[in-house]
Amino acid sequence: MRSSVIIFPGSNCDRDMDVALKKFGFNNQMVWHNDQSIPKSDLIVLPGGFSYGDYLRCGSIASKSKIIKSVIDFANSGGLVLGICNGFQILTETGLLNGILQQNKFLNFICSNVYVKVKDKQNKYFKDLKKDVLELHIAHNEGNYFCSDDELKSLEDNSQIAVTYCGVDGAENEKTNPNGAIKNIAGIFNRNKNVLGMMPHPERMIDKYLSGEDGSLFFKNILDNFK
Amino acid sequence: MEVTEAVAIDHGLKKEEFSKICELLKRTPNLTELAIFSAMWNEHCSYKSSRKHLKKMHTKGKQVIQGPGENAGVIDIGDDDAIVFKIESHNHPSFIEPYQGAATGVGGIMRDVFTMGARPIANLNSIHFGSPQHKKTRNLLRGVVKGIGGYGNCIGVPTIAGQTTFDESYNGNILVNAMTLGLVNKNKIFYSKAAGLDKPVIYVGSKTGRDGIHGASMASATFDDKIEEKKPTVQVGDPFTEKLLLEACLELMADNSIIAIQDMGAAGLTSSSVEMASKGNLGIELNLSEVPCREEKMTPYEIMLSESQERMLIVLEKGKEEHAKKIFDKWNLDFAVIGKTTNSKKIELIFDNKKVAEIPIDLLAENAPIYDRPWKKTKLPQKLKFDKDEFKSLKLSDCLKKILSNSNISDKKWIWDQYDHTVMGDTIQKPGGDAGVVRVHGTDKAVAASVDSSALYCFSHPLTGGKQIVCESYRNLISVGAKPIAITNCLNFGNPEKEKNMGEFVECVEGITEASKYLDFPVVSGNVSFYNETKDKGIKPTPTIGGVGLISDYQQMLTMDFKTEGNLVYVIGKTDGHLDQSIFARELLNEKKGPPPTVNLFNEKNIGATILDLSRKNLIVSCHDVSLGGILTAVSKMCIKGKKGIKINSLKGLTNKYEYFFGEDQARYIIEIPKASLKKVKEILNKYSVHFDELGIIDGNSIKYNADINLPIEELADAHKYWLKKYMDS
Repeated sequence: MRSSVIIFPGSNCDRDMDVALKKFGFNNQMVWHNDQSIPKSDLIVLPGGFSYGDYLRCGSIASKSKIIKSVIDFANSGGLVLGICNGFQILTETGLLNGILQQNKFLNFICSNVYVKVKDKQNKYFKDLKKDVLELHIAHNEGNYFCSDDELKSLEDNSQIAVTYCGVDGAENEKTNPNGAIKNIAGIFNRNKNVLGMMPHPERMIDKYLSGEDGSLFFKNILDNFK
Repeated sequence: MEVTEAVAIDHGLKKEEFSKICELLKRTPNLTELAIFSAMWNEHCSYKSSRKHLKKMHTKGKQVIQGPGENAGVIDIGDDDAIVFKIESHNHPSFIEPYQGAATGVGGIMRDVFTMGARPIANLNSIHFGSPQHKKTRNLLRGVVKGIGGYGNCIGVPTIAGQTTFDESYNGNILVNAMTLGLVNKNKIFYSKAAGLDKPVIYVGSKTGRDGIHGASMASATFDDKIEEKKPTVQVGDPFTEKLLLEACLELMADNSIIAIQDMGAAGLTSSSVEMASKGNLGIELNLSEVPCREEKMTPYEIMLSESQERMLIVLEKGKEEHAKKIFDKWNLDFAVIGKTTNSKKIELIFDNKKVAEIPIDLLAENAPIYDRPWKKTKLPQKLKFDKDEFKSLKLSDCLKKILSNSNISDKKWIWDQYDHTVMGDTIQKPGGDAGVVRVHGTDKAVAASVDSSALYCFSHPLTGGKQIVCESYRNLISVGAKPIAITNCLNFGNPEKEKNMGEFVECVEGITEASKYLDFPVVSGNVSFYNETKDKGIKPTPTIGGVGLISDYQQMLTMDFKTEGNLVYVIGKTDGHLDQSIFARELLNEKKGPPPTVNLFNEKNIGATILDLSRKNLIVSCHDVSLGGILTAVSKMCIKGKKGIKINSLKGLTNKYEYFFGEDQARYIIEIPKASLKKVKEILNKYSVHFDELGIIDGNSIKYNADINLPIEELADAHKYWLKKYMDS
């Protein structure tokens, strides 16, 4: 499976994503934000970091960058686009995904392991995933997902909520919500479920010496579904 | 403005220093020249009070590639890999403006590391605040933590360990020490020594603004009531630009275009240009009209003194300008050829086609004043005779809970949750352990790092305190299974013009030197921060040691959490029960006198070697050094982290259980041994002739000791984990 990771000035999880993708057998390439086009890919990843310093609003300037038109075209033609953390913020700024990511409820940056519940498996990311609850890792200051009531209803009606923060047992409540996100939302799809944005970092959880290994399941599952 | 003695004094120079400048120059300097002298001759840049003593430090060893004197120290970790590291203070600015002060502290130390061609792989920090009851403490802590996180998180370098303490002596002078480790190929290290004539001098990075002017002078003076007025001397950080600068510099360093490179830190363009020329025994000519400025009509004086962040000065090979410019253009950074190297051995400044300053380099560097300041020895305080009957009214379990929730012992999760500690995907031991550990990317190796200081011990007896912190650092590295390699130090002291403070400095340095020599744990970099004093009140002497160690196979890393029920727990090293200067004495007896625990360097080295041997043979499964709070505190932390209890043996022949459990004797570790390994472990302990106690067995969910203690781990965890969060929320 061919993948491309877009590097914006200020991206800082680009290498980690490259390492993770290659580890599980993706044929990955790095693409600079000023490049005209993206090499032929089956998956495009917008990595975490602070694109353009996150000035103005997180992800806002990146959503107007030169490369982004190709990303939008690719998404609209059904290609898989994955945005992690800052990548998720960029996807909401482009309009590919609904809603916004506000500052965390307690106004602090949070770096911590979290559990997320997989809410939908009828998509190319989570189809046939063996687990329902994954242990992943978050590191963000603006991960507090919010959208209008209408948007929320539409997300729910179309099963576009991808993952929600929960406890180890899958319980979704205020206690298991690290950042105040509406309905504990940690990640969402677009209508066609080819675009996925999520705050947790699967690329930081890819071997047992790190914070955990559940990120491996995520990447392997994408590959399995591609075959 | 006419330069007079009064103007010179306003610039922080002493009367005698001004006369010496006039004498050396054989004329009165103009204002720009005076500013350059004041920037280079202040304590912060010239080390005029400390240099004489720093020379005695132990700085050599076969593991050392570069010792003190460069942007950072460099050590060999095998296979052509080298670690570049240094710690630096940003105390004064952080007290005036906590967010920016701390943020630019982190930015500055990272630049020192990537200036040498290394990619930063880990950050650490040691931060010290006034009493929790002091009205400024909460806001200063919040601001500093946000500043450190704001900068490090954005750059994408994990913050893997740190230390936070509270003491009333920091009420008017908080300490913020930031440390960075970088990884470099040992054949591709860049230095700051300029070489060759007529080579282009390049300015890259951010534009120069009016921020941070007189920053280095501010850091070389004590505080008074008017510190609010000093806010403009604090620099403003932009981590995004630093991230671009980091990537651009590393890209340019991939080939052979750079002759010398130096970041513009304290005293900005002045000190970077003078240092490069001085090291190369050359002159330098700068055309200040070419310097990219953020504001209009900046004068040569302002340009030379600005401490705007995220800037570098590079001496480039001739003909490489276009190639270099392309890289900086790609990263959207300013690039300007602003001068050249010369054979004049002077710094010559041109502005608007006129020469505005001309000073021989040696007057600014080698000829800067050196002081042999008078100092006073601190006598070893007499050992206290505790009234042990008084102890009897104290319940062991109450003592333990009180100590675990003490501001200096309690868990600091509230802080490090705000630091990205997992970015770069190689953090295998997070903050909260004895040391942070990151893998050397793509290899089996890992590097461990720890920051430590013991102001109470250093205040009581600086010589012993100096030795003790080096040992503490050594033990913290060994506790995670790392072989200690070298240290960096940040020497935070009061006013060197006072004999007592100067004495504290001299004797701490002596202690550090003695221990680092004995342990083959050399000092490769560091900095000195004097004048941590407000309205005549100085801080307790607080030298901070940043230690770095190597784990050759990261699968052998140790952690402190208890692993398996039924495993045995041993204390390695002898416990005499030294309570003077302990947390127990302070917290429960309100006793602040007495000497710190004695340091026995032979034991430190021998017991350290024992633990490493056990770890390399995979015979122990967890390890933690015994420090503040003694054995019971250390064991509790291992229980809390592992969510497991311990049944402590009856310990026959104990003279006093309080002394045994809370004494802070040095050179001790607690280890967890699977029963199957016990025979082999004992053989090794006997081989090294080390003392050990069979403390107990991992069992259940509580700490149990005779009829004295029966505490559920959850209750202890509550006492330990939430003090800081509750304090910050209150």
